Amino acid sequence: MSSDPVTPAHESPRAIVAGHGDFAAGLVSAVQQITGRGDQLIPVAVKQLSVEAIEQLLRDRMLEANVRVIFTDLQAGSCTMASRRILRGMDDAVLIAGANLPTLLDFVFAEGRSAPEAARHAAERGRAAIAVHGAGA
Amino acid sequence: MSILLYRIDDRLIHGQVVVGWGQPLDIEFIVLVDDVVAASDWEQELYRMGVPPEMDLYFHSAASAVSALPGYRADGRRGILLTGDIDTMRRLVDGGGIDAVNIGGIHAKAGRSPRMRYVFLSAEEETALRDLAALGVTITAQDVPNARPVALNEVLAGVEP
Repeated sequence: MSSDPVTPAHESPRAIVAGHGDFAAGLVSAVQQITGRGDQLIPVAVKQLSVEAIEQLLRDRMLEANVRVIFTDLQAGSCTMASRRILRGMDDAVLIAGANLPTLLDFVFAEGRSAPEAARHAAERGRAAIAVHGAGA
Repeated sequence: MSILLYRIDDRLIHGQVVVGWGQPLDIEFIVLVDDVVAASDWEQELYRMGVPPEMDLYFHSAASAVSALPGYRADGRRGILLTGDIDTMRRLVDGGGIDAVNIGGIHAKAGRSPRMRYVFLSAEEETALRDLAALGVTITAQDVPNARPVALNEVLAGVEP
C-alpha cells in the first residue's frame, strides 16, 4: 500500500487504451482531468490503419512501454481483434473489451494489484457502474 | 431479402459492419469470404466473438463462396457479404450475380497511396477496381450508411467528399 495517498505509486504507463476515432484520447483525457493519473494510460488511435498495422502498432506500444494490459472500446472492433491476436502469444497479458470511464478510473487507483489483476477488477467496476435513471428505470 | 451489401473491407468484422451497417439494415447474417479465415478455426472463433448472438456468421473460401452464393441470395433473411480484398470480390463477381460493390475500407500499408481517408490503393489495386467496373459492376466507396456513396472515378481522383 502506498504510504502517501495523494502521490500515485505508478508513474510509468501500465496499460494501452485503444478504440474507434478519438475514443482513447478522450477517455485518457477524462482520467487525467479527474485523477491526474492519466499518464498510467497510453492512448492509441488507429484511424486509417489496416488490421495488420493496428496489430503491429499495439504490439510495439506494449513492448516499448513494457505493459501487458489493453483496454478497447468494442468487442467487435478492430482494436479488439488485433489485441486478441497479440494475446495469443503473450500469456501474461490481458485484454478488457468494452471499457468505459469508470473502468479506467478504478484501474489507475488499483496500485496494490498487478496490472492484469487491476484490469480484471476494473472491468467488474466498469460493468457495475452502468445505471439507468428516469423514465422506465 | 438476400444479400443487401457486397463489401470490400480489410478489417472484415468490425464496428462499422456489425453496428454501423448491421443495425440500420437489420442484418441477420454475414457471409465472410476469406481463404485464410476459412482455413483457421481460431480465426473463425475470433470473428464469431465479434458479432451479436442474434446474427449468424458464415465462413467461406472464395471457391466455396461462389457455389454457396445462390443459396444465400435465396435466403429470406437480410445479409452482408464481406471480402478483405479486391481479388476475392473479383472471383465472386466472375461467379455471377453481383452488380454493385461497396468499398468499405482498404487501409494504409506499404505500396498504397491515399485516395480517401479509408481507401488506400496500390497501382495494381486501382487496375483491379477499373477492371471490375468494366464488367458493369457499380463500385462506390461508403464507410457508413449515412455517408454519401462516392463513385469509383471520384475515389480514384482522390476527391474526398
